[in-house]
Amino acid sequence: MSILSTDGLTKHFGGLAAVSDFHVEIAKGELVGLIGPNGSGKTTIFNLITGLYRPTSGQIRFDGNSITGVRPDRITALGIARTFQNIRLFSELTVLDNVRVGHHLRLGSSPISAALGLPGYGHEEREITEHSMKLLNIVGLDDVAQEQAGGLPYGQQRKLEIARALATRPKLLLLDEPAAGMNPEEVRGLMDFIHHIMELFALTVFLVEHHMRLIMGLCPRILVLDHGVTIAHGTPDEIQNDPKVIEAYLGVEEEDAPN
Amino acid sequence: MSKHAPRMLTAVSLVTFFLLLVWAEGNLDPYLRRILNLIAINVIWAVTFNLIYGYTGQFSLGHAGFIAIGAYTAALLTLPLAQKEQNFFLTPLISPLNTIELPFLPSLIGAALLAGVAGILIGIPSLQLRGDYMALVTLGFSEVIRVIFMNLQSLTNGSLGLKGIPGHTNLLWSWGCAILTIFIIRKLASSSYGRAFKAIREDEIAAETTGISLFNHKLMAFAIAALFTGLGGGLMANLISTVDPNLFSFVLSYQVVTVTVLGGVGSLTGSVLASAIYVSLFELLRPIDQPMTLGGITIPGRPGMRMVMFSIVFLVVILFYRRGLMGTSEFSWRWLLSKLERLFGRERQEA
Amino acid sequence: MSLDMFLQHLANGISLGGLYALIAVGYTMVYGILRLINFAHGDIFMMAAYMAFYGVALFHLPWYVSFAVTIGLTAIMGVVVERVAYRPLRDAPRISALISAIGVSLLLQNVGIVAFGGRPKAFPRPALFALEWKFGEIRVLSLTLFIILITLLILVGVFYLVYRTKIGRAMRAVSWDFGIAGLMGIDFNRVVALTFAIGSALAAAGSIMWGMKFPQLLPLMGVVPGLKCFIAAVLGGIGSIPGAMLGGFLLGVGEIMIVAFFPTLAGYKYAFAYLALILILLLRPAGLLGRIVEQKA
Repeated sequence: MSILSTDGLTKHFGGLAAVSDFHVEIAKGELVGLIGPNGSGKTTIFNLITGLYRPTSGQIRFDGNSITGVRPDRITALGIARTFQNIRLFSELTVLDNVRVGHHLRLGSSPISAALGLPGYGHEEREITEHSMKLLNIVGLDDVAQEQAGGLPYGQQRKLEIARALATRPKLLLLDEPAAGMNPEEVRGLMDFIHHIMELFALTVFLVEHHMRLIMGLCPRILVLDHGVTIAHGTPDEIQNDPKVIEAYLGVEEEDAPN
Repeated sequence: MSKHAPRMLTAVSLVTFFLLLVWAEGNLDPYLRRILNLIAINVIWAVTFNLIYGYTGQFSLGHAGFIAIGAYTAALLTLPLAQKEQNFFLTPLISPLNTIELPFLPSLIGAALLAGVAGILIGIPSLQLRGDYMALVTLGFSEVIRVIFMNLQSLTNGSLGLKGIPGHTNLLWSWGCAILTIFIIRKLASSSYGRAFKAIREDEIAAETTGISLFNHKLMAFAIAALFTGLGGGLMANLISTVDPNLFSFVLSYQVVTVTVLGGVGSLTGSVLASAIYVSLFELLRPIDQPMTLGGITIPGRPGMRMVMFSIVFLVVILFYRRGLMGTSEFSWRWLLSKLERLFGRERQEA
Repeated sequence: MSLDMFLQHLANGISLGGLYALIAVGYTMVYGILRLINFAHGDIFMMAAYMAFYGVALFHLPWYVSFAVTIGLTAIMGVVVERVAYRPLRDAPRISALISAIGVSLLLQNVGIVAFGGRPKAFPRPALFALEWKFGEIRVLSLTLFIILITLLILVGVFYLVYRTKIGRAMRAVSWDFGIAGLMGIDFNRVVALTFAIGSALAAAGSIMWGMKFPQLLPLMGVVPGLKCFIAAVLGGIGSIPGAMLGGFLLGVGEIMIVAFFPTLAGYKYAFAYLALILILLLRPAGLLGRIVEQKA
């Protein structure tokens, strides 16, 4: 049963076709990768799936429901969470608050209940804080819970973004270049981490990456994008030997070339 | 500091403050009392503006409109029937208003509720726009309200205004409402909703992706702010006893913005301090508008010098001290204690 | 309404519209480059009127000298305001610059009140502009027609400057994307200063003609026209110079015509402009001639 499927997904910006006829089907529990040179449209696809952009044409279905043209916050409520390529944290809030915000969408108490400090609200608040600390513990940030998010080092900020996404209790997690700026050891840690949370939270993961080693080592299935068009689709081995993929990456730096 | 100490300290201070108010109400001269009342009302407005702008990041220039609605509602409800007759000599007041005369509390509640409803109605179109456009549209709505009040002779008495509004507002009412406003907005700000508001302020795209409905939450903050702003308006009407539409021009909205910015956008403590400073200075500097002699030199005073000074100060703050008095910090007992410890701890060591 | 009356109103409307257009262009140019609503624009307009007045009344300059000097001085004033109140906030959140603009506006108003006093001053109306010309039954002040002529000339000049000169191209490039423009070697500060200078000069020209048309000068005279003209710029498409011109003319003609046809609504005149703004921003925020740029996430 596919949890996410797109059909003929297309996005034009004025005259530019950023994404053309994108098709993908992701089954529950899968870990699928999306790669492509810079500007190939990977983040645009994420923005389309999460509702930040309206598709020019095409459909997106999630968990049996159409989510084409649905507002981003509703899509998150349905169970899709994401991280951003350029980290988007709530910098002035504390680390803990960043994660607590992720719980807000499932809050039952009304603003009146919150403003008056009623016991029903107090109970929910305690639960939220407890769960948030658990998430912070999983990503290893519980000791900096009271620090300002904007002051964290880059790597920790990435982890915080993931924790915040997990707080929304997603079924599908979209990770946009989670390994950016990491050294090889950190990348290995990230790979283990992704497997860990997938198991822990029964997640499906759709991953955009530039970092070849991570994608090849992690994802059993990969799509390759170039100029908005899917040029290849298969296992890491199939992708590595696909002439179209090699051509798309020609002229790109060593570390990005598929090998 | 023990866990319950802050709460106890707050309770004790509130009781002390309350007793001080009772004493002040009976013993201070009317001029001082008026200033203190005005400070309280400005506190309400600054705190509500902080909710919209400081916490949720939406710049609204429409405060004057909500103040106007609150003021006129309270005025029309509390105005004694005889006064109504006198005021509305040109065109009679429409019914049932011309037969109603309510005590203060229900009038204030009416004022607040009506302003809150206006907040929802105005918020729905305005909050769909970004930054500077929203500022303009809210300004527009506020001015439209003023022009309507200026023309609806049979409801507001038009440009003649309303005179003889009973002076129900005293220190207990004004500061009671101010403290209530601070309390509720503070609680809201530190709740999950407050975090949602701040998330919107920080990064709307990230907030939306984290599941926060932008429009609903912006509207929530806006409507709640409008409600309490109207409350302040009602208090003002029953303080200055006369209202006319020209009181509620955009200059009043700018005044609220000025006070909030001076105190520090995002700091409720700052709003309280800045209101006190602004209102006091405003009164203290009245002499500048008249010629005065300082040490043998006569300084020619011109009406308006006061406002020029204020404008310059405001610009200086915006250009060089954008964070205002308190930045985004709040007063807390723990902060005070640590400051005191440092002060006295050092002395003890030296001795 | 007779044809003659209609034409008379129309002439007045176009004349007023021309003045609105001049001021609106100043707003739109600044917004196009800095994304800033220059709240102080209307008060610079006011200052110019008083400068022209004092040039004649205090310094006894011939009117054409006073007018020319005023335009020059106002352009300088605009540049100074930008340098002092807006440039330091260029890296700050946009709202800070907006708050600063409001501050400058209030400062200018209050300085005006203190310096010029609350009593209206009588703006000079040289004989050339005070002639009454008759076309059949229509009576038109020579000023009205002169305003239309001069405004059109100035607007053509602006058009030429922005669309046919190198510096104009620089201005357009900057307003499109100032990051890239900087990379291409365009001196951002110079372009901004020039924009303010031109915008303020236009406002000065407008205010001089305004002063001749409505000879009572008051310190707060710039407030309502300022807001109206910003609305006109939004109506036409904020950031678009032709849009501002169109918006200005539409607003001027509309204002005169509505009051001509519905005199009982005169009291709500101000509300109309705001209602137009609210409607435009909600229904077609790009304005008549503007375009919406979709934000990349």
